[in-house]
Amino acid sequence: MAKTMFEKIWDTHVVHEQEGNTILYIDRHLVHEVTSPQAFAGLRLAGRKVRSPEATYAVPDHNIPTRDQLAPIKDPISRQQVETLRQNCKDFGITLFDLGDKRSGIVHVMGPEQGLTLPGSTIVCGDSHTATHGAFGTLAFGIGTSEVEHVLATQTLQQKKPKTMKVAVEGILSENAAAKDIILTVIGKIGTAGGGGYAIEFMGAAIRNLSMEGRMTLCNMAIEAGARAGMVAPDEKTYAYLQGRAFAPQGADFDQAVEAWKQLPSDPDAEFDTTLTLTAEDILPQVTWGTNPGMVTDINGKVPDPEAIVDSTERKALQRALAYMGLEANTPMQEISIDRAFIGSCTNSRIEDLRTVAEFVKGRKVRSGVHAMIVPGSGLVRQQAEEEGLDQVFTEAGFDWREPGCSMCLAMNDDMLQPGERCASTSNRNFEGRQGKGGRTHLVSPLMAAAAAVAGRFADPRTL
Amino acid sequence: MEPFTQLTALTATFDRINVDTDQIIPKQFLKKIERTGFGVHLFHDWRYLDDAGTQPNPEFVLNAPRFQGAQILLARDNFGCGSSREHAPWALLDYGFRCIIAPSFADIFFNNCRKNGILVVVLQPEEVQALFEEVEANEGCELTVDLPSDEVRSPEGRMFSFEVDPFAKHCLLSGLDDIGWTLRFAGQITAYEQQARAQTPWTFLDS
Repeated sequence: MAKTMFEKIWDTHVVHEQEGNTILYIDRHLVHEVTSPQAFAGLRLAGRKVRSPEATYAVPDHNIPTRDQLAPIKDPISRQQVETLRQNCKDFGITLFDLGDKRSGIVHVMGPEQGLTLPGSTIVCGDSHTATHGAFGTLAFGIGTSEVEHVLATQTLQQKKPKTMKVAVEGILSENAAAKDIILTVIGKIGTAGGGGYAIEFMGAAIRNLSMEGRMTLCNMAIEAGARAGMVAPDEKTYAYLQGRAFAPQGADFDQAVEAWKQLPSDPDAEFDTTLTLTAEDILPQVTWGTNPGMVTDINGKVPDPEAIVDSTERKALQRALAYMGLEANTPMQEISIDRAFIGSCTNSRIEDLRTVAEFVKGRKVRSGVHAMIVPGSGLVRQQAEEEGLDQVFTEAGFDWREPGCSMCLAMNDDMLQPGERCASTSNRNFEGRQGKGGRTHLVSPLMAAAAAVAGRFADPRTL
Repeated sequence: MEPFTQLTALTATFDRINVDTDQIIPKQFLKKIERTGFGVHLFHDWRYLDDAGTQPNPEFVLNAPRFQGAQILLARDNFGCGSSREHAPWALLDYGFRCIIAPSFADIFFNNCRKNGILVVVLQPEEVQALFEEVEANEGCELTVDLPSDEVRSPEGRMFSFEVDPFAKHCLLSGLDDIGWTLRFAGQITAYEQQARAQTPWTFLDS
């Protein structure tokens, strides 16, 4: 029977099935400091050990500072979480990429960089953006802390099989549109709950044309459409990215693995439970205007008018969003000025993102009055950028160049918006307070964030 | 986990769609290393006027005198979307909620609730609307959520049945330790690993 890629991976990881509940085998478990302490505490309480420490990799990323990372963390509670992670990794025999190790960084940047993310495998992490790893033809999804404990103890998860959704993006993306604009367009169309209960597979010419970095951006935000997993079939780009990575198979093993990975793409006649088709040429650079990622329009668009909404619950939500965002209905997006720009997060902090920004800002300046920061996704991304001289370009243009971490994506460290500040952000969530209480977040691609930093307002990069 | 069977309790209404877990428990409270004590921070940024959490916001629905002591939360579409933080159900449970009723929930939040003995009930949008109207019109309204019979009942006689998958129902009714349950299949897990090691040796980093 014809199968989707999701079904192929799912089927090869079933350990046991009972009453619609599947015990699914997990190949890789990534761990960070915020959602794991209670899981390790649970293991200790029950006298259990980690079943497969060699399949478990940890890195502190969520609450760490992005300056002077080798100095003791000033916030005592953050410091305690990072120290707890260190102790747990030591006690349970888990590999930790600690602060100062070049391999450390945002967990979803580190995994692929180290070759821990492999096609056809299952990956989980106590973080909803685990969907990122689906870019490699991997079944990857975020879990809660009880499930983290379950995976630590059993190397499996109890799961209900999701349905499958195909998102086909045909055609060629315009020069100024990026993977971020594709996924924001998808979320704008289906809403933040539209993917609920589904594993999404992205396909079509525009997806094939994306780099691995672009595919990671795309899959990263599948969760913002409500889907737990987003996936792209592996191809030559995937294999080229993985070859030679530290934890990827080497030599003859790699060749053998590639042969197996070539069997993963969905069969041509495989059926999906639902399908969405987009034309790449129609996708313009996107900007969110509200307080969830589905509240989005393109750079030529306007803030919507609540009076035009019939459904009262939705109208109230829209009115509330505009009040929080401090926006008037019908304001053109290009007239909205910003105070801050944030380039970073597991969505857009990889070398390709930084190159795009550098190319645009070279010879330009961040607008006076705007604070713009760039936080690379990992120590290796930071090193690569510095080897290419991108840090020079950034600092000359007036950007604040930082050390790696989740930073102002969720503002668990000192990097946060002040009440009322408006930010062009390459991160993934524009929820109320996400980047700091009272902060106003507009989600955009790296190019759009760079253009906004330079113009001091949202702008079409082509017109600057 | 505490078993869930039947609950008749004061019900609070929460009339917002797409309530995300960043609102349920803001990030500044995620730094604890325990599972307890999150209830006081539930909906912090909406619930309090000050950062320290000493001045309740009188406009916030859960601060209304009529909803004090509520154990059932009646909510709208896509409740619990966003971050996977299990601190959200920990905060709801610690505050006192044992059951949430809505037309839809975000997947990870749904699972996280189940793992903590919170019953999450999905009803049709018009059924949820009818309950909203009845609860809001009647101060002190107590709904009954009956897991063995898969029913929600209201004082005015509304009765709506809900679907719950048999395994989850079994777990909730018995307060099952699901790690303990899975470990009963340890032999099968080992057998799976042996077979997978032969087929995809590169995924096993100790070999």
